[in-house]
Amino acid sequence: MSAIIRLRDLTLGYDRHPAVHHIDGEIEAGDLLAICGPNGAGKSTLLKGLAGALKPLGGGIDRVACAPRDIAYLPQVAEVDRSFPIDVFDMVSMGFWRTAGLFGGIGVDRKRKVMEAIHAVGLDGLEDRAIGTLSGGQAQRMLFARIVVQDAPVILLDEPLTALDTRTSDDLIKLVGKWRAQGRTVVAVLHDMDLVRRVFPKTLLLAREQVAWGETAEALSDANLRRARQMVEAFDREAEECVRAA
Amino acid sequence: MFDLLVSPFSEFEFMRRALVGGVALALSGAPVGVFLILRRMSLTGDAMAHAILPGAALGYLFAGLSLGAMTAGGLVAGLLVAVASGAVARATSLREDASLAAFYLVSLALGVTIVSLKGSSIDLLHVLFGNVLALDDATLVLLAAIASLTMLGLATLYRPLVMETVDPNFLASVSRVAGPTQIAFLVLVVMNLVAGFQALGTLLAVGLMMLPAASARLWTTDVGGMIAVAAGVGVASVYAGLVASFESGAPSGPMIILVAGVFYLLSVVFGRAGGLSRGVGARRHLEA
Repeated sequence: MSAIIRLRDLTLGYDRHPAVHHIDGEIEAGDLLAICGPNGAGKSTLLKGLAGALKPLGGGIDRVACAPRDIAYLPQVAEVDRSFPIDVFDMVSMGFWRTAGLFGGIGVDRKRKVMEAIHAVGLDGLEDRAIGTLSGGQAQRMLFARIVVQDAPVILLDEPLTALDTRTSDDLIKLVGKWRAQGRTVVAVLHDMDLVRRVFPKTLLLAREQVAWGETAEALSDANLRRARQMVEAFDREAEECVRAA
Repeated sequence: MFDLLVSPFSEFEFMRRALVGGVALALSGAPVGVFLILRRMSLTGDAMAHAILPGAALGYLFAGLSLGAMTAGGLVAGLLVAVASGAVARATSLREDASLAAFYLVSLALGVTIVSLKGSSIDLLHVLFGNVLALDDATLVLLAAIASLTMLGLATLYRPLVMETVDPNFLASVSRVAGPTQIAFLVLVVMNLVAGFQALGTLLAVGLMMLPAASARLWTTDVGGMIAVAAGVGVASVYAGLVASFESGAPSGPMIILVAGVFYLLSVVFGRAGGLSRGVGARRHLEA
């Protein structure tokens, strides 16, 4: 397999303080990669960087075989204003933004694709419902449907299954499996180690520094997990300049 | 009936002008107001309206009651306050509403001071409350131009504006239009307030924008529907307000806003989408 995104000595952070420190590695085309690690390990920050929403403090991200527009990104807290008067169909149609733009019509073909996406996430019959009337699980299904419509080769999911019941998270994981079968690259931040071991062939274990990146069983070994817990240091206001940055 | 509803307009040119200008204002202000409400920026509109005053007053100071000077001054001042309060909110620990309030209060005081220094209290009244019955040709053209620009602008901005309001993270992840969209929308808000300022004055300009939009929110749960209802309420308020003012001799600007206020109260009570009467005589809950 060939690399689709390459991380070169990547440091990401806020206000010069690194949250992710010196990561090296390759995401290969068709990978199903989990990012695991304790709270504060920099998982969300890394995903933001991959999505292009955060500029590296050092090193770089080479999008070898994909443009930023090929990436669909689902943030951890989707700050959706659920009181906004819009229905599920329109919300899912937003996935067409790249191709439809300001004025492009949502014709028969696109309508069919939206309905298929709504079906794929199990929201049949709810397309006309206002988003404010959906339950938390249904809302997350809707956001997954929008990703289906986006039809991006690379999909980044930040804790997509948090606070969902088993049935919803099973359904959504099945969809992730389908994406992989279609040859898409999926990177997901997850806390459920059992799920990761069961479903994700590869894992990056992160604790601000890269603890392990490889086959899931190896990356999530007891030794590595212990190391990860120890490595998450507190944010240091008085931190010196990093010598490795030179 | 005819005497009451039509003859004021058929007999008096100033009434016709007021109606045309008012309708233009209502049509362009309605969709802007709808988006202000959906973006939870209702009070921002009010603050911006006050912020326009010193600019218009400066124009007035240099050129008297000149349309061009006051309009340009108002536009510049409104945009300056919008940008400056946004910048303060980003650069300091002050939230945007607080910095906006600070800026507009200072602007209002500055504006009233400038007008009073130069002119009489009549001029001040004109600036604060406008005069919809004294719209000349140039002003009507300005109102119509702003209304047309607003509609074209909103048609272009519609999708990104909806997306930026309902799910800003998503728009940011797929495109870089969020920033320009916000700025363009603020420009439209200021433009409409400057237009309203000519007819209704700084203090009431925002009324024809917000009251119909707030009423519309209580009738429908659909953005397009809200814009249509708001435009209808706005136009009806202008018409009924002018008739009421003609018959009663009360000043027309405040009458228009008062009629809009009546529509608002009716909507609060009877609105199908969230009005008070929802709970009255409620039927039993459904099976599923």
